[in-house]
Amino acid sequence: MEDWLWTALLRALAFGTPILLAGLGEIYAERSGVVNLGVEGMMALGALAAFATAQTSGSPALGLLAALAAAALAALLFAMAAVGLRANQYVAGLALSMLGLGLAGLLGKPFEGAPLERTLPEGAFVAGALLLALALWFFLQHTYWGLVLRSAGENPEAVDAMGVNVFLVRYAAVAFGGAMAGLAGAFLSLAYRPSWADGITSGLGWIAVALAIFASWHPLKAALAALFFGALYHLSYRLQAQVTPELLKAMPYLFVVLVLSLSALGRGPSGAPEALGTPYERGERR
Amino acid sequence: MKRLGPFVFERELVAPPGRVLAVSLAAVFLAFFSAGLVFWAYGVSPLLAYRTIFQETLLSPGGFAEAVRRAIPLLLAGVGLVLAFRSQFWNIGAEGQLLLGAVAASGVALFVPLPAVAKLPAMFAAGFLAGGLWAALPALLKLRLGVNDVLTTLMLNYVAVYLVGWLIHGPWRGRSAFGFAYSDRFPPEATLPLIPGTYVHWPTLLLALAAALLAWWGLERTVWGYRLRVVGDNPEAARYAHLPVSRVVASAALISGGLAGLAGVGEVAGVHGRLLDAYQISLGYGYTAIIVAWLARGNPLGAVLTALFMGLVFASGDVMKVALQMPFRVTDVFNGLILFFLISTERLLYYRVRYAPRKKGEG
Repeated sequence: MEDWLWTALLRALAFGTPILLAGLGEIYAERSGVVNLGVEGMMALGALAAFATAQTSGSPALGLLAALAAAALAALLFAMAAVGLRANQYVAGLALSMLGLGLAGLLGKPFEGAPLERTLPEGAFVAGALLLALALWFFLQHTYWGLVLRSAGENPEAVDAMGVNVFLVRYAAVAFGGAMAGLAGAFLSLAYRPSWADGITSGLGWIAVALAIFASWHPLKAALAALFFGALYHLSYRLQAQVTPELLKAMPYLFVVLVLSLSALGRGPSGAPEALGTPYERGERR
Repeated sequence: MKRLGPFVFERELVAPPGRVLAVSLAAVFLAFFSAGLVFWAYGVSPLLAYRTIFQETLLSPGGFAEAVRRAIPLLLAGVGLVLAFRSQFWNIGAEGQLLLGAVAASGVALFVPLPAVAKLPAMFAAGFLAGGLWAALPALLKLRLGVNDVLTTLMLNYVAVYLVGWLIHGPWRGRSAFGFAYSDRFPPEATLPLIPGTYVHWPTLLLALAAALLAWWGLERTVWGYRLRVVGDNPEAARYAHLPVSRVVASAALISGGLAGLAGVGEVAGVHGRLLDAYQISLGYGYTAIIVAWLARGNPLGAVLTALFMGLVFASGDVMKVALQMPFRVTDVFNGLILFFLISTERLLYYRVRYAPRKKGEG
């Protein structure tokens, strides 16, 4: 019985890891005031970059680095539009998701079904994600730059008045969020199911965006919420013999709607960063 | 006022139509250029790719008919999204609403005994209702609880995909479908007539054009449209003026989902003649409709042109799949790049660029 519980917990943690990693990144981006809906695309790009690099070079560590770089680069492209050019953040993020999924599917074609000799241990990612949650919480709540990042999302004018460049803070937060999504992608293609297939992310990126909301943009709560979602995934996996698989696969998405609604009921009007989704523009100067 | 070298950028409140066209064309050109770079990275010469596309879509009548056929669902869903976006309802769920329309139409076609004349109208009505309700739920959650509409509409897309999967693998699986997952064929009175030699189901095309016209009229010439524009442009002012904000947004959401539902009806009744896998029914029309709506800049009539354009992009994706053996994701690359450049250049619409070199002794 205890054995069963232990395995269930471990599986739930593994299922929850990509959501947690990408969710933590999205929390940072959103805390700085930028909604990036491109997580799904960045995750796919990260997964492909990791697999392609690891497969051709033989080094999964190099693959991990490639995933971080590729996804961060994609995030910077988004930031150029959404922060620099002040485009609508929702639409720019959607464009990034489409582009990321398209590029990964297209350029990943030769790698489909290719074997991977050396993989990365799943446990390292799981433990790393939990430690990252702790570290990112500490940085956000207890350091000067964490305060600056939060202020950029709550009151960017104040940050500007302090003499700190709001745009740079937001660029950095979005790029960091991208790297985290890339890390989640690398987990999928190097450790969780070491392979590349189009559609490997299967909507996990969108769940990560939802995670940021119902964790109230708090890294530690995000860890709990990711565990909860991991447990759900595991449950639907275990129930496969009893219930039709198609209906079970729909469960996590239905649960996102349900949990978002319930947390909205509990929280009242809003717990979001004040300036979330609004591009920052400095007063006109001569 | 900003200065870049000898050029001066002046902020304006309204964008003149000529500049909108020029900036849109420039964005699309940049997108095609970047897509060419992607093809090159994939190992296909961009010149060959674009020449093939040009010959097989614009220069061949069959190819152009394919583009028109793709434009039908894009126009229906796109017009709906124009209304939704104008009311600030971020409906990213047209894909799921389209699928729900297809499901409802299939249900009526296969299982509801009706006189032959009433069959198709009943299918369209059921499709509109199902799509509309699928959009009304997130709208309700947004209006009552403040739940993020982008996420809920998007999540419901996945739910719709799996719902279709469950139906065709389970209860609705056809008796004549040996080993395949799709429903039985619709009876002949439940299928739409085609323009001979093509897959263009013209009744849906007419419906889509009528929808665009009606939406334009509703938006520009009725009290409902006036309220919707006020609610979208300035929700605070709308609330202050005691406009029924929730009712206006909910109606826009319902219509938007309903039109996407109609698109789904057209696909199953016009093209496939049965309910089959979600990815075969839609191919991402619901997502591409977002670009149709955005490119139309909030004008339902503009969507007629932009839907045709995106239909051409879709047909180009097909051509590349067949002629150049590229994966279906090329369409996503096109879509993503076009949307990305469109949104990035949007700011330019509101700036007038003037050549005014600095005089000596100034600045």
